[in-house]
Amino acid sequence: MSEQAVIKYIQAPLSAETIKDLRAGDVVRISGYIYTARDAAHKRLYEALGRGEQLPLDLKDNVIYYVGPTPAKPGEIVGSAGPTTSGRMDKYTPTMLEQGLKGMIGKGLRSQEVIDACVKNGAVYFVAIGGAAAVIAQSIVEEKMIAYEDLGPEAIRRYKVKDFPAIVCIDSQGNDFYKVGIARYSRE
Amino acid sequence: MREIDVASVRDTVAELCMEACYYLPSAVLNKLQAAESTEESPLGKEILGTLIENAQLAKKKAVPICQDTGLTVVFIEIGQEVHFTGGDLYSAIHAGVAKGYTEGYLRKSSVTDPVFVRKNTGDNTPAIIHASIVPGDKVHMIVCPKGCGSENMGALKMLKPADGVEGIIKFVVDTVRSAGPNPCPPITVGVGIGGNMEKAALLAKYSLTRQAGEHNPDPQYAALEEKLLELVNATGVGPSGLGGRTTALAVNVEYTATHIGGLPVAVNLNCHAARRAEAVL
Repeated sequence: MSEQAVIKYIQAPLSAETIKDLRAGDVVRISGYIYTARDAAHKRLYEALGRGEQLPLDLKDNVIYYVGPTPAKPGEIVGSAGPTTSGRMDKYTPTMLEQGLKGMIGKGLRSQEVIDACVKNGAVYFVAIGGAAAVIAQSIVEEKMIAYEDLGPEAIRRYKVKDFPAIVCIDSQGNDFYKVGIARYSRE
Repeated sequence: MREIDVASVRDTVAELCMEACYYLPSAVLNKLQAAESTEESPLGKEILGTLIENAQLAKKKAVPICQDTGLTVVFIEIGQEVHFTGGDLYSAIHAGVAKGYTEGYLRKSSVTDPVFVRKNTGDNTPAIIHASIVPGDKVHMIVCPKGCGSENMGALKMLKPADGVEGIIKFVVDTVRSAGPNPCPPITVGVGIGGNMEKAALLAKYSLTRQAGEHNPDPQYAALEEKLLELVNATGVGPSGLGGRTTALAVNVEYTATHIGGLPVAVNLNCHAARRAEAVL
């Protein structure tokens, strides 16, 4: 973000070495493949696991992006595609991390249970800039429908991304950059 | 008596939906640019710069500023000399939303019943319509698409008269602080004071229809807006909630008469885009 800040260029799916190197507050650019899922898709994945069914995607080492894009205009790969509020997925997240999920991209606060599950499972929570949906969409270079197409904007898609801009918010040691950043500027 | 065909209401609503979602209001852009130059956090400054770039890109490509194109809130003031023809007004407004969201490639985010089915209605209807009858023969519409990231962080409290202005300030600042990054700061804070429960909530929402930078015409309430803005920006929440001085671009307060035993206060937060578009027929 800042011109002075060191930008870490990383690949998704995430390797153990990459995760170990990421610290809360790091500015990153993510390239590779990530999957979209938000409220309704999480509910379906969670319920499928509860019934002992196989998921329509393998979560191992993967990154889920909490997003429900706008429809693509003709000639565009995707519509606007910024992050949605992550806290609504908190109920389902520890279960997803148990399945091998290693990264999440969204915006907003997470529960202590999610922070603990990141530490336990060696996972990372990235935040993207809420509201910067047109800019973020430029880093999405390919889209493929994966599952739950009937959910429309909430369907699971696979995005190929190039230099997707994000910030590490919760690292695998459980540091939360929201707390650090806000404390730094609070005058209360 | 002036006749207005509801087809023109439908088409105007459709255009306003697209305009509001694609084009950041220029008054908001000015506020973001001013904040970018004063923000002390280097990361916050970069985030504000990205939001400005995002607005410029969305405008150039005529695409949504944000993927959450919201539920569609429509404030409509109807001059009492107007007679609508060609169908019923509310159906025309809903049809305008369906048209705008479909033809404008906006996201459909409305689900049927909130508890048991939650099936997407497919065209972003129903709109949330707040109609009022006013003198004259004009129709004034303001369309405010409102996403749920910010809407979910609103709050309402039935304060006691003894809580006074201090109680109001504490409630507003607490609401903004605990919302933190979720409503996509820098936010606009809408505050409705007085009336009863639903009136306070509606006033808070209505306050968000203002152009950025407009103050309450009552000097005491305008001063309260300034005071609240200062305190909200002292929380340190900052752009994207990652720390900084720019937590809010504005605080808008609306008030009305209330009961001798009451002091209802509602807080409705708007995201950085503070989307709105208006037209007069």
